[in-house]
Amino acid sequence: MSGRVLVGVKRVIDYAVKIRVKPDNSGVVTDGVKHSMNPFCEIAVEEAVKMKEKKLIKEVVAVSCGPQQAQETIRTALAMGADRGIHVEVTGKDYDMLGPLQVSKIMAALAKKEDAQLIILGKQAIDGDCNQTGQMTAALLDWPQGTFASEVSLEGDTVKVVREIDGGLETIKINTPAVLTADLRLNTPRYATLPNIMKAKKKKIAKVKPADLGLDMTSRLEVLRVDEPPQRLAGVKVETVDDLVAKLKETGRL
Amino acid sequence: MADPLRGQVMRLYKTLLYLGREYPQGAAYFRERLKSAFMKNKDVTDPENIQKLVARGDFVIKELEALYFLRKYRAMKKRYYEPEK
Repeated sequence: MSGRVLVGVKRVIDYAVKIRVKPDNSGVVTDGVKHSMNPFCEIAVEEAVKMKEKKLIKEVVAVSCGPQQAQETIRTALAMGADRGIHVEVTGKDYDMLGPLQVSKIMAALAKKEDAQLIILGKQAIDGDCNQTGQMTAALLDWPQGTFASEVSLEGDTVKVVREIDGGLETIKINTPAVLTADLRLNTPRYATLPNIMKAKKKKIAKVKPADLGLDMTSRLEVLRVDEPPQRLAGVKVETVDDLVAKLKETGRL
Repeated sequence: MADPLRGQVMRLYKTLLYLGREYPQGAAYFRERLKSAFMKNKDVTDPENIQKLVARGDFVIKELEALYFLRKYRAMKKRYYEPEK
């Protein structure tokens, strides 16, 4: 096995920022807004770096798709311990419509090119919330998948994955090469402090275009409209229990 | 100030300043307090004391990292997971 792990990292609007919809309802305001690495991607990077520190794998390659700014996100991954980065340049309309299908095609192509043993992704991005890229990547490669991973143990040619599912926890054993998606409780990502970022400047980021991988980024989807969620109506206060019953009857709930 | 210690203090200041960009009450608020905290100790010459203060600075770095992690974790938990019964 190559001992190489591919980690996908996405540049998203920072989780703490208040999102604003563009006046023309075509999308969300991104210009001048603080961006950072998707929190679930941070967890994915941390898991890969931990595996390398335990000497279970040899190399961690961070991949990000997007315009020039995607390199910042790769730099953060390098500061966290990834060995090198691959920036897949996607700009303009292609970037606006970049979704799980396109990214999974890219990840699949890179996995073959780099002879990856594992692909680790975040379970979903906090902007798109698709929760599809990992699953699609596994399907395109015909690899097993361990999604919603809250615990991962690499054991030779197999991986034991404890998955967070609705009923509780499910433990599965899958063969490598495989795709894993990280859930919140998988690990505690380390912070990329300034000294680490300075050290990571020496690490290489290769730039590649989807066309170089023989891929077409055309989207099958079209965004018609983006709206803010409906405003929560203010609550109504009542004085007595009788008033409450009357109000409930009034609104047809009793 | 002894030369290597000066470097250490500068690195500490830069690291804290970088961390301060994500401070909940704003980067400007953090920078003000960081600067005044460092300025308060600008006349310290004893190397041992300087080391102690640098160690305190390192501790603050760890506290900030923990704060940022907890904030993010709690936000993600609230947004993506059912509240525990």
